[in-house]
Amino acid sequence: MRTKNIFLAGVAILAAATMTYAVPGGGTVSGKITYEGTPAKQKPIDMSKEPSCAKQYATPPTTETVVTGPNNALENVVVYISAGAPDEAAPSQAAIFTQKGCRYLPHVLAFQVNQELKVLNEDQTSHNIHPLAKINREWNKSQPPGTPPISDKYDKMEFIPVKCNVHPWMHGTFAVLKNSHYAISADDGGFKIPNLPPGKYTVTAFHESYGEQTQDVTIAGSETKSVNFVFKAKPY
Amino acid sequence: MRANKSMQWMFLAAALVALPSLAKAQQGEIHVGKVTGHAGSGKQLYYRFCWGCHGFRGDGNGENAPYLNILPRNFVAGTFKCRSTATGTLPTDEDLYSSVGRGFNNSNMPAWISLTNQQRADLVAFIKTFSPRWKTDKPGDPINVPAEPALTLDSIKHGKELFTKLECWKCHGPEGRGDGPSASTLTDSNDQPIRPYNFAAGSRFKCGATNHDLYKIFMTGLDGTPMPSFADVIKPEDAWDLVHYLRTLQVAHKSPELTLWMSSKEGAEIVNAQKIVGTPTGSGIKQ
Repeated sequence: MRTKNIFLAGVAILAAATMTYAVPGGGTVSGKITYEGTPAKQKPIDMSKEPSCAKQYATPPTTETVVTGPNNALENVVVYISAGAPDEAAPSQAAIFTQKGCRYLPHVLAFQVNQELKVLNEDQTSHNIHPLAKINREWNKSQPPGTPPISDKYDKMEFIPVKCNVHPWMHGTFAVLKNSHYAISADDGGFKIPNLPPGKYTVTAFHESYGEQTQDVTIAGSETKSVNFVFKAKPY
Repeated sequence: MRANKSMQWMFLAAALVALPSLAKAQQGEIHVGKVTGHAGSGKQLYYRFCWGCHGFRGDGNGENAPYLNILPRNFVAGTFKCRSTATGTLPTDEDLYSSVGRGFNNSNMPAWISLTNQQRADLVAFIKTFSPRWKTDKPGDPINVPAEPALTLDSIKHGKELFTKLECWKCHGPEGRGDGPSASTLTDSNDQPIRPYNFAAGSRFKCGATNHDLYKIFMTGLDGTPMPSFADVIKPEDAWDLVHYLRTLQVAHKSPELTLWMSSKEGAEIVNAQKIVGTPTGSGIKQ
């Protein structure tokens, strides 16, 4: 009888523990990414060698090595918890990377270690997807129009530049991360990482042209902590 | 007597503990056919013949490297062009062994036919000690290459359609002379400029000279270069058609494919036009 009671109490404690972890709530890290200085001027892309793509744009799209918004906002920054959070199993849904109009959508794609990556070609031209991994394995596959998605996954954390060798203006980034606590800064530079259990964390912000910055933050209860990053822009 | 017996047991236990380290010693071994290569012997050969280009640490930064147009392979990165395995996987020992003996066309890597089979195998065993990938990753399985079907005009024509459809010409040029619209923009994974293969310039490919080698090149891709793998997008029978057509682009190399293609009106016209027109990349090359 007594053992049974202890057992039940144990189950209750366990259940409570899992609940606090799984239930959305917890703390939030949010903030804004900005730059100071003069960022490199993004150049219009000449797609004349690929008419099927060029005709999709009224005015030529520009390169995306630095994408900014009003009030010095910096877009496409990957903000993630680099220390303090346990590694997590990959979610079951795939991360989708689309080639459309000879550009990568999204320009920066974040997903988890061992999460399925699906690469789609919605263009009327062949692309080759060439993620230049250094820590993970480097591969390079051709994807003509109308062929099924290319599926792959990476087993180590890494920021991987992606390019298409046929269309040299196509550049993107895969951010392969160890847990689900990440966000990518929007066009106003804002980001939000919710559902953080109480604890001490290191927040890292990664930008493909300006590198990495880190800040430490302590979350208690369900508070929202503000963390802002300012990157030094390089004119070229 | 009894103590003796327990001593025996202790020896046995010690031997069992020692077994894994014995297996470790065998990690520096590779097997190619009947030849077993040893990293220890390969090390001496490497520091006599290879390190001038490939570097003391195998990172491709040898004394001669700055003078070479196509940089020597960096064995630490563990990425290899010529493989029988899928893109993104390590090559087999056999792949590395044949690379040493074959050399690389259009680069400074000679065919090491001056070395014995044993010495080449020893070298392969040694260069595998430079990259930690050989400890963490297994080499890929060699891709399945079905038997080559009979050569026909239809297969060449179908191969020609595929060359257009799969946009091989974007880099290799409409006549295979390495002068397609994207050719001048190509870089390898170290951001070094790299030129697509010019079929009109000779008979050998980067990774061999046979139809079988050619099949493997586009089905596995040349990792570390812009040449992707087409394994997921070409059916094996179509791949052989493409092989037959690509052979006809080697206009200066007499092959059964070129002979058959020239015997047809369409083929003769195309090949003759190619020889007359020439292009900046193809015209200056003497055969």
